[in-house]
Amino acid sequence: MLDKTQVERLEAEAVNSARIRQRLYAPRKKIFPKRASGNFRRFKWLVMAITLGIYYLTPWLRWDRGPFAPDQAVLLDVANRRFYFFFIEIWPQEFFYVAGLLVMAGVGLFLITSTVGRAWCGYACPQTVWVDLFLVVERAIEGDRNARMKLDAGPWTARKLMLRVFKHTIWLVIGAATGGAWIFYFADAPTLLGELFTGTAAPVAYITVAVLTATTYTFGGLMREQVCTYMCPWPRIQAAMLDESSLTVTYNDWRGEPRSRHAKKVQATGQSVGDCVDCNACVAVCPMGIDIRDGQQLECITCALCIDACDGVMDKLGKERGLISYATLSDYNANMMLATAGGANSVNPSLVRTADGLFSDKVSHFHIRKIFRPRTYVYMGMWSLIGLGLLYSLLTRDRLEVNVLHDRNPQFVTLSDGSIRNGYTVKLLNMIPEPRTIVVTMQGLQGADMSVVGDDIPAGRSFAIPVEPDRLKMLKVFVRQPAEQIRGTAQIFTFRVEDRASFEADEYTATFNAPEIAR
Amino acid sequence: MSDEHIDEISGVSTTGHEWDGIRELNNPLPRWWVWTFYITVVWAIGYTIAYPAWPLLHSATKGVLGYSSRNEVKNELAAAEVAKGKYVAAVESKSVSEIAADDALREFAAAAGGAAFKVNCTQCHGSGAQGSAGFPNLNDDDWLWGGTAEQIQQTITHGIRFATDAETRLSEMPAFGDIITADQIAQVSAYVASLSGKVHDASLIQPGAKVFADNCVACHGDNAKGNKELGGPDLTDAIWLYGSGETAIADQVRAPKQGVMPAWGARLGETKVKELAVYIHSLGGGE
Repeated sequence: MLDKTQVERLEAEAVNSARIRQRLYAPRKKIFPKRASGNFRRFKWLVMAITLGIYYLTPWLRWDRGPFAPDQAVLLDVANRRFYFFFIEIWPQEFFYVAGLLVMAGVGLFLITSTVGRAWCGYACPQTVWVDLFLVVERAIEGDRNARMKLDAGPWTARKLMLRVFKHTIWLVIGAATGGAWIFYFADAPTLLGELFTGTAAPVAYITVAVLTATTYTFGGLMREQVCTYMCPWPRIQAAMLDESSLTVTYNDWRGEPRSRHAKKVQATGQSVGDCVDCNACVAVCPMGIDIRDGQQLECITCALCIDACDGVMDKLGKERGLISYATLSDYNANMMLATAGGANSVNPSLVRTADGLFSDKVSHFHIRKIFRPRTYVYMGMWSLIGLGLLYSLLTRDRLEVNVLHDRNPQFVTLSDGSIRNGYTVKLLNMIPEPRTIVVTMQGLQGADMSVVGDDIPAGRSFAIPVEPDRLKMLKVFVRQPAEQIRGTAQIFTFRVEDRASFEADEYTATFNAPEIAR
Repeated sequence: MSDEHIDEISGVSTTGHEWDGIRELNNPLPRWWVWTFYITVVWAIGYTIAYPAWPLLHSATKGVLGYSSRNEVKNELAAAEVAKGKYVAAVESKSVSEIAADDALREFAAAAGGAAFKVNCTQCHGSGAQGSAGFPNLNDDDWLWGGTAEQIQQTITHGIRFATDAETRLSEMPAFGDIITADQIAQVSAYVASLSGKVHDASLIQPGAKVFADNCVACHGDNAKGNKELGGPDLTDAIWLYGSGETAIADQVRAPKQGVMPAWGARLGETKVKELAVYIHSLGGGE
C-alpha cells in the first residue's frame, strides 16, 4: 500500500468553480482532458467503435431487391421519394413509420435518462463520440494533458506550428470523411464514391460534404464542450427527466469529505478525514472541464471518466472504489444523513464506517430494483406499445393501393341516350419492385360499366391493366349507368383492385352522382 | 456619472444609466456575435455592389454581376420553351387525330389545351366545359357539327355563324311561326317530344309527323336524327341545347334561338386550336 503523498497531484480547477466565477460573456477557458483508463473508458471505446462502424459502413451494405429496385440496404432516395431499409420500403405516405421511430427514440431517451441519467450524452451522442475521436488525434500528435498545456502556453516554434498544422489537417480529414459518409445514405454508395473522386457528382453532394466537414471540424475540434453547454437543449431538459431514483455520476462526499491533501497530518491532530485526497484527477480527465465534486450540474454529460480516474487513485490508496460513482439521489441523501448525523453536523466520514474501517451496514447501495418503478414502467409501456403498433402496421400494410378522385366539374354528364356518366381519376399504387397486372372491378351500381380513356380496353365492369414496378399508375375512368337503372342522386359503389397472382386487394368506396330526375 | 461604476454583485461595469436606483449592466456582446455582425456588414456592402441595390433618381445601380430578376424570368421561360419544344413541334406537324392517338402527345396537348380553354372558352362553356342553356356541354357525346378531333378543330378554327369568317359553320333554322300555323307548331312539337319522351296529348303525334315530314326533314333527317353536315341537331336524344319538353320545342320552332361561336383560328393560331381540339376530344365524348 502506497502512502497518500505518493499520488500525483494535478493542477486543475473547474472552469465554472464559484471561486473564479466570471463575467457573463467570458472567453472560453481551454480544456485539456487527460487520458483516462478503466472500465468506463474501455466501454466508451467499444461504443465508439460500434457507433462509428454503423455510421461509416451502413451505406455499403447490400440488399438484393431484384432488378427493379436499388440494392443498397439503407437508402434515402429523395429524387424518387422512396426510403429503403433492408426488407422495408417506405413510400412518402408511409413516412409515419419514421415519425413513429422518432417518437420511440424520444420515449427511449426518457427511459434511459430516468434510469441511468444522461447515458446518451455520455456515451452515444455523436457530439461525444466525435469529440472523443478528435481528442484521440490530439493526444496522439501533441501528447497528453501536460504536454498539450505546455505546447499551448509555449511560443510559436516550428515544432508547434508543425504539430498544429498536422492536427488540424487530420481533424479536417475526419470532418470530410464524416460528411463524405453522410451523402452515401442518399445515393448508390459505390457509384457516388466514384463520381465524387472524378468530379462528376452532383453539386449538392460536394456542398453537403463541405458543410458537414465544416460543422464536424468546428463542433468536434474547436467548440467541443461548448456545444453541449450552450447549444444543446437536452441538458436543460434533463432536469425534468432525472428523479431521486435515477443513476447519475455522483461524488460521494459522505465518504470523501472533509477532503485533505495532508490526511496524515490532519489525522494526527485527531480530526476525521474523508477519502478524497484532493488530487484533482477527476477534474483533469473531464472533457467538460468541470469538477464533479461541486455536485450534479448542467455541464456534466455523465461520461463517467472521473469515476475511472478516481477509482485508479483509490486503488493506489488501497481504499474502496466508488468515491465517485453512479449513485441515486435517494441513496446519496440517505448516506449524507448518516454521515452528518441527521444533517446536524458537517460530514464526518467515520460515521459511515465501522471501527475496523469497513462501511457500516447502514450505508445505502444501489439496487437494481430501483430501475423498476412506475415512471419507468410507463416509459417502457409507451415505448413497447408504439413499437408493437408500428410492427403490426408494418406487417399488415398494403403493397397494393387504390385512390380515387371523383370529377367535381362537371359532377355528371348526361349522354345522348339519357344515361349518366361520371368521371374518376383512379390511381393504382404498385408498391413492390415487381411488375404486376392489376384487375380493376366495380361492385354495385347496377347496370353500369366503365371505360378507360386512352386505352384499348372495352367498356365493361372489370378490366386488367399492367402496372410498372414500384410506380403509381393514373387512369381516367368513365363510369356510365343507363337512365332506367339510376336509383337516387348519389349512389355508393366500390372500385376493387386486386393482384390475382398474390391475392392482394384494396377497395375504394366512391359515389356516383346523377341529376334529380334522370330524364 | 462620468466615472466608471462597477456593479458590486456581478462585478460588471455599468453603462451609467440609472432608473430608480436600478443600473444597467454593460455586458458586451459575445465576440462571435460581434464578428458575425461585422461580416454581415461587409457582406451587405459587397452585395449592394454585386447586385442592383442603390436607388438613383430615375433608376437604380445595376450591380457589377448584371443580374436582373426580369432576365431570370425570361431565361426560365425560354428554358421552358426549349424543354417543351419537341412536343410543340410534334403538335405543329401532326394532325389532331394523330395527336389524340399518341399517349404522351395527347397528354401534353390536352394539358396545354386545358389551360387555353380556361382562358378563352370558360366564359360560355363553363370551367368544366359543362355548358349551360344555349351553350353546349362539351363532355357529352352529342355533337351538332361532329365530334371527331378534326371536326372539333374545324369548329374552333372557324366558329359557328361567325359572320366575318368565310368558312364558318353556318346553319339557320327558319322561324316557323311565320310559316306554319300555331296548331301545326303544337302538333310538330308533340311529335318531336314523343321521339325521346312522353307527350300529354298522343293524338297530336300523328299530324305532327306529317308537319315534320313536310318542313323539317331537310335538315333534321327523315328519322329526326339530325345532320352534322348541316348542323341539324338530333331530335331523338336526351340532350337539348335550348331545353326539352313540348313548350321549349314549340318556342324553338316558332322563333329559334341561334347561338354564335367566334372563330378562334386567327386569334389563337393553329397550334393552340389543335391543343384545344385534343383537350375537348379527350373530355369523354370524342368520337
